Amino acid sequence: MKRRDFVGLSGLAAGALFLPSLPGFGHARVDPARLLEPGADVAQKKRLADAALNAAKSAGANYADVRIGRYLNQYVFTREKQVQNIVSTESYGVGIRVLVAGCWGFASTSVVTTDSIAATAQLAVAIAKANHLVQKEPVQLAAQAGYGEVSWKTPIQQNAFEVPIKQKVDLLLEANAKALDAGASYIGTSLFQVNEQKYFASTDGSYIDQDVHRIWPTFSVTAIDKASGKFRSREALSSPMGLGYEYLTPSASEQVTGPAGTELVGYKQRYDLLADAALAGKQAKQKLTMKSVTPGKYDLVLDPGHLGLTIHESVGHPLELDRVLGYEANYAGTSFATLEWKAKNLPYGSKQVNIVADKLQPGSVGAVGYDDEGVKTGHWDLIKEGKLVNYEKIRDQAHIVGQKASDGCCYADSWSSVQFQRMPNVSLQPGTAKLSVDDMIKGVDKGIYIAGAGSFSIDQQRFNFQFGGQMFYAIEKGKIAGPLEDVAYQSNTQEFWGACHSVCDQSDYRLFGTFFDGKGQPAQISAVSHGSATTRFNGVNVINTARKIG
Amino acid sequence: MLSKDDAQTILKKVLSFSTADECDATLNGDTGGNVRSARNSISTAGANDNISLAVESRFGKRSGVATCNEFDEATLRRCVQRAEEIARLAPESPEYMPLLGPQTYLDGGRAFAAATAAITPDYRATQIGASMALCDQKKLSSAAFLNDSVGFVAKRNSKGLEAYQQVSNVTFSVTVRTPDGTGSGYASGDYIDAAKMDAARFTKIAADKAASSVKARAIEPGKYTVILEPNALLSNVDTSLLGALMQSLDARNADEGRSFLSKKGGGNRKGEKLFDERVTIYSDPLNPDISDLTFSGDGRPQQRTTWIEKGVVKNLYSTRFWAQKAGIPDLPRPNGWVMAGGTQSTADLIKSTAKGILVTRLWYIRPVDPQTLLFTGLTRDGTFYIENGQIKFPVKNFRFNESPVIMLNNLEAIGKPVRLAGNLVPPLKIRDFTFTSLSDAV
Repeated sequence: MKRRDFVGLSGLAAGALFLPSLPGFGHARVDPARLLEPGADVAQKKRLADAALNAAKSAGANYADVRIGRYLNQYVFTREKQVQNIVSTESYGVGIRVLVAGCWGFASTSVVTTDSIAATAQLAVAIAKANHLVQKEPVQLAAQAGYGEVSWKTPIQQNAFEVPIKQKVDLLLEANAKALDAGASYIGTSLFQVNEQKYFASTDGSYIDQDVHRIWPTFSVTAIDKASGKFRSREALSSPMGLGYEYLTPSASEQVTGPAGTELVGYKQRYDLLADAALAGKQAKQKLTMKSVTPGKYDLVLDPGHLGLTIHESVGHPLELDRVLGYEANYAGTSFATLEWKAKNLPYGSKQVNIVADKLQPGSVGAVGYDDEGVKTGHWDLIKEGKLVNYEKIRDQAHIVGQKASDGCCYADSWSSVQFQRMPNVSLQPGTAKLSVDDMIKGVDKGIYIAGAGSFSIDQQRFNFQFGGQMFYAIEKGKIAGPLEDVAYQSNTQEFWGACHSVCDQSDYRLFGTFFDGKGQPAQISAVSHGSATTRFNGVNVINTARKIG
Repeated sequence: MLSKDDAQTILKKVLSFSTADECDATLNGDTGGNVRSARNSISTAGANDNISLAVESRFGKRSGVATCNEFDEATLRRCVQRAEEIARLAPESPEYMPLLGPQTYLDGGRAFAAATAAITPDYRATQIGASMALCDQKKLSSAAFLNDSVGFVAKRNSKGLEAYQQVSNVTFSVTVRTPDGTGSGYASGDYIDAAKMDAARFTKIAADKAASSVKARAIEPGKYTVILEPNALLSNVDTSLLGALMQSLDARNADEGRSFLSKKGGGNRKGEKLFDERVTIYSDPLNPDISDLTFSGDGRPQQRTTWIEKGVVKNLYSTRFWAQKAGIPDLPRPNGWVMAGGTQSTADLIKSTAKGILVTRLWYIRPVDPQTLLFTGLTRDGTFYIENGQIKFPVKNFRFNESPVIMLNNLEAIGKPVRLAGNLVPPLKIRDFTFTSLSDAV
């Protein structure tokens, strides 16, 4: 499904959603009850996996891996007082990747029988052999010991598929009513629920069974002034999370009060949909009469729900080793942070900037026990005190930087997609000194506080970027002075992170996330989280985005 | 791939199992493959082959959809039963529209080519191999992607609607870079008929742009006359200025007050002249270069439709529900479209330019303000300064903040349209295009 179709289906504004496609829409539509039925048992999956590995080896593969995937999704869409769509899907099939004389081949099938799997393994080998004729750089795969039979599960409290659909619909419609009561003209709400049941086996001797859960409630609220023709939107301040339905049970201890004078609330591991919808209705209406920003240099105070997207674009992507090496040159682009650039030991940011990759972070959407090429996941430093120390890698890239093992960053968005290097959760470490957002703002003379992710754009080597947001507030002489509109900031990655002045402490730390990080050809999506505490950047260039059309 | 007869036989059987008030059945098939290269070597390759059936059953205003990908009698029967079970549990749709009855669809398009259906892994390796060899020879580094697919759609419903069509497509894109990373070029093309594909031809264009874009000079951002090549106006991998404009012609959003086409005080701006009078955009599913499906997903016919004529918004598309509610022509969103142009090539447009910037491609384009359709993004893969009708030197890339509505009012000249991503798009010369900052990216 194309992004534009999804946008149409969900009734959300085009700006509300990120990237190219949605998993599950090519998938079989099923009865919601089907989402709770068990799939094939582990013994059956091992038998099928062995059929693939044996067929691949017999056909000439030096290495093979097989992923038996059952991908379950449910999406609920409502607008105003009505249900737009309820979709439950199941996708089940097998993807087989083989290495023949240093050349990859991949094929997949939705017919999960030993005969079909063997034929698919042979097709993967045939593709590898056809490509071998024009191959120049043979693949070097980092060694990986087999783990035997192991398993991993997202630590959720309540499987969202166990919650009756009526309960979900009632919650979304109640949120709609709150927004409309507060002054909204329109609201579209969505609830995405994902369960990836993945079985991986390889000729290294691993048989890995994983049960991965993710959830994302979101909305877009629009207020309209008919007389002037002006319209403004405010989107949800929720985040996609690696949690079960418990994410939708509000908890005071999982909330952070926003800066005095904003009414904003930050959400950690629990979200209050009704409260956020009511506030969004009020704020969307307020946006119709907000003051337009005066362009110039400002100190920016960025909320984690906003900064996560800037981290994603300006740190997460440029440190993907496949981009660094040129493998994404024809689509997503390359990176300024080349191996040569790293060798110069130039600053990526100020000394306040400590950024880690973490594939196990609790509550994150990127958390898994093992990646999609059978590597146990972990965490590692990317930027330490402003200096780049490492990249994000998979097995066939490790040797390029002299590393003996992969970082466990391999992912495929379906059994029918070939796995490749994807971004792990990449997060800014909170400051070690006690610092609240109000205390941070006290130190700012002329600034802007930004909450929520908005418009985003960055060049293909990750130098120049421009970001918008959801809510903007002027800071004058250490205080929030009132809301602003038409704000976007333009900067350069190294300049921006070099201007990082201070980071709030752990008590303010929250996760931002996306379900729709796009990369690769054919394009695949991936879910990833980015944590941070509120952070101050000094002297950033702010532009005014207001225009007039005839 | 299923033939028309085989597909309709399955669909008839599906409908015979239905006990619902209304039933709609659609078969979709897609077979194809791809190969991807980087650093002058193949990185990944794959193949796919899928056929799926979707059954929609309706009881009154309640609707349920179920799908399957096996077509024996027992599976078909279960699929229909499941759709009916889901429908019985579904809430009533306030936007219910009865299924369409028999329709007449345009005939005579050429949306399918046998040569595309005959593609093998060897064909893909040969095409991409030629691309890589050319770059090896010129000591340049390439990254490329070739993707082909053939498919069919077959529909049948309990009101007597019947449809079947085959489509095919092959797409190639390539980015060529100099080994030191200071020059980059891009080219892409797509066809219905694989016999027309020549990956090496596109690679040569990208290689020439890469070689000539090294040692780019920085010039001040600001308002410039630009020549936007088709790849700067439309993309099949990213949001684009013309694509975004065409996706904004939705009647409901305009009527609800949340579109650049919404009118002060209510209603929409259909019938108003919003663009330069040389701007005409229409869709035509029979155009030989961009033939496509002659019916939409809900069974409505795709007709030749004028969307913008001489700068005036002539039509807006909508759902069937909104068309009925608003009392407007019932037009589905088009597949491909044509922006009418002239006869001038990009080279001709350059010759007639005293001072300006040639833009190969725009990238990472995202909406900034839906009220004015303002977008931001960057130039990429070949940006050049033009003086006195000649390309003088490569320039560093820019970030732009611009609206296609403003852009199509600042039109200087329109060139000859070429096929891109299933549309016909001309190069455009635009005055006062707004660049807001410089980028060091190559």
